[in-house]
Amino acid sequence: MGTRVAICAVAQIKNEPDIWYMRFQGMLLECLESIIAATGVTFDKEKGIRDIVTCSDDVFDARTISDNGMTDVVGAHYRGEEKIAQDGLNALGYAMACILSGHDDVVLFMGHCKESQSESRHMCTNLAYDPFYCRPVGLDFLTANALQARAYAAKTGLTDRHLAEIVVRSRRNAAKNPYARDNKMVTHEEVMESPYLADPIRELHYYPVTDWAVGMLLSCEERAYEFTDRPVWITGFGNCMDRYFIGERDLASPMSLKKAAARAYAMAGIEDPARDIDLFELNDACAHHLPLIAEGIGIVPEGKGPAWIEEGGPDKQNVNLSGGMLNGNPIMLGGVARAVEAYLQLRGEAGQRQVEGARRALAHGSTGGAGQHQTVVILEK
Amino acid sequence: MDMKSRKKRRNVGVIGVGQTKHSSHREDVNQPEMVFEAVREALDDAGISMDDIDCVVHGNMELFEMIHQPDLWHELGTGSLGKTAFRLTTGGTTGATLFCAADNLVASGMYDVVMAIGFEKLQEGNTTAGITNMADPLWTRNLQTGALTGTCAYDVIQEFGEERAKRASMMYRVIMDKHAMLNPKAHRQFGLEFDQIDYLMEHSAKLVGELRIIHMCSQSDGACAVILASEDKAAKLGKKPPVWVRDHITIHREETFNILGYDNRYPVEMTHKVAARELYRRNGITNPLEYFDVFEMYDPSSWWGLDWIRDFFMLEGDEHLRLVENKEIMIGGRMPINPSGGVIATNPIGATALIRPAEAVLQIRGDAGPHQIPGPVRHGLASGFGGTMWTVLIMLEKDLDWEQESRP
Repeated sequence: MGTRVAICAVAQIKNEPDIWYMRFQGMLLECLESIIAATGVTFDKEKGIRDIVTCSDDVFDARTISDNGMTDVVGAHYRGEEKIAQDGLNALGYAMACILSGHDDVVLFMGHCKESQSESRHMCTNLAYDPFYCRPVGLDFLTANALQARAYAAKTGLTDRHLAEIVVRSRRNAAKNPYARDNKMVTHEEVMESPYLADPIRELHYYPVTDWAVGMLLSCEERAYEFTDRPVWITGFGNCMDRYFIGERDLASPMSLKKAAARAYAMAGIEDPARDIDLFELNDACAHHLPLIAEGIGIVPEGKGPAWIEEGGPDKQNVNLSGGMLNGNPIMLGGVARAVEAYLQLRGEAGQRQVEGARRALAHGSTGGAGQHQTVVILEK
Repeated sequence: MDMKSRKKRRNVGVIGVGQTKHSSHREDVNQPEMVFEAVREALDDAGISMDDIDCVVHGNMELFEMIHQPDLWHELGTGSLGKTAFRLTTGGTTGATLFCAADNLVASGMYDVVMAIGFEKLQEGNTTAGITNMADPLWTRNLQTGALTGTCAYDVIQEFGEERAKRASMMYRVIMDKHAMLNPKAHRQFGLEFDQIDYLMEHSAKLVGELRIIHMCSQSDGACAVILASEDKAAKLGKKPPVWVRDHITIHREETFNILGYDNRYPVEMTHKVAARELYRRNGITNPLEYFDVFEMYDPSSWWGLDWIRDFFMLEGDEHLRLVENKEIMIGGRMPINPSGGVIATNPIGATALIRPAEAVLQIRGDAGPHQIPGPVRHGLASGFGGTMWTVLIMLEKDLDWEQESRP
């Protein structure tokens, strides 16, 4: 039995602000049909897909058992289906377990989220907080991130200009990504003049409302070449839960991120991530996340994130060439979008963004306010 | 490569189980505190501490309590701080999915000791509204009545006649209550007697058709935690002999309420039947009624419980009715079903399908206390139910002595 798990195919639709013209079932079906066309995979009970891992959220879908509405369009009719209810990057770790355990040969992963459907996504994430202490004071993922941005700025000297540079660069990179949300180019001044959402986070510092769906086909090592001639291997996975009360966390230097990265590095046999990894996709829901996460995964010295931005570190180390989550991916799927970019890069299919000779990539995802739960995945050619 | 050569990478055993006392109102605790009660009991049962746990798997349904991703808040009670943590949800089957996920995570070699935690605090929301909300907002939500489904009663009555069907279903109900009376953790314990069957058949309030309020499962507050470990770790850590997870299967069915009627060209087979057939085939079980010593079934109403015995044991005709009529499903009977009292007595939904394998584990270990079934219990079966007729089916074993059958 092999010890590696392959991603054999990825399918996605374009990230858009409001896919009003299609239900999520239609979005998923496009992805499924594309995967079947690319790989020839079937739903045969002996040789094909018997188990499917999905990712979606009941609150954002306003639907109890959100995976209940998609059984047919993910091919789960008389098959197994299990839903990851956290950032979908964790589904890669879970699918890996399904395959390495011997329970499955191939696993289909399908994720969707339509942020546009909610009146206010902040009202949705406010529901992640307990109704006694944190919810009444208005904590949601945005305000939690704002407190984190303040803590990180106080520690490192991060300024409004650093944040503007991160946003301008994100949009510049995303313009080369045909599946990225279409956003207008902005200048540093426009970013610094955009209105505050939650001080110090400005409107342009925060990922915009986005709808998206994505699918992946994962396989055991022995059968990967049945579906593709260029599998991308998942060689490392780690995630970690941090404290619930943000006052008890080191917001500027999250323990959970360091542990998640250390776990993924240990599994993949990575000693020095800056040296051993060719490109990094970080789940930057807000502009300040980019340097903060780069520190957390150990490619930038602690507290040196702002200097790294000034020196063009993100370009030198091939960080978020996709545009990142900051350009627009929906909640639940920010980490999956990172893995998709890593997959395309390792396959040499990243078009104008292509990093020559990329052999190993890191994808990061996070769940919860100010990243209470962090996930790191290592992918290799 | 031939898929049939693939086997479970390593053996996985259950080394600890814990539950809260289930009740309609746990106003004395908040959600993490309630979850902690189950976690504490599971750790004590295994004789280990949180330091020994590598990974925590959490699940429930968000719209019941309107908490988005509650594993984040529940970190206070689950002990997941600093641990690997997954959250999986699949509706009513969630608890069983957590169990299967924990098995996969340990068997994969990625984690040695994994704790699965399911909970629900249904007092804090409106359960029927929550379940109704699962239906498609455009097509079927107006037809949905939550989990209150009268069609099963209609089907059984059509097949076996009104008098016999109604009596068998009420017999099933009274047996479940007699079991619940023996289980100190059970939520509803009415003290029903067999001589009340005629009265209840006529006078229990109707919900939908012949589905009456006494037939229906409860809405409960409660949590369940189960700890699974690799064979090596189980030998080192567990203070009691582990109960082995032999195999499990998940079968979903697409969302179809057949509002336009059935079409014989596209038969809609019950997922329980499909799951049982596949699972028994790949494990070489030819007579499940003989093979298994206990079955913990997710039985949301006594009509469904009665009807599904036939699917799970691959029975023909009225064999399942006779099992109930002859009280063979009672503790001490030929095929004890739900010695815990089952879901009709206790239903904290996100935990319910995890309580099923947890109770089967207690029976196999001989640790079930007053509701322990007599005689040796070597082979356990546990089921989960949810969604639009979804099934999870789990096989548990006392001894590591089965042939590793080929897959699938």
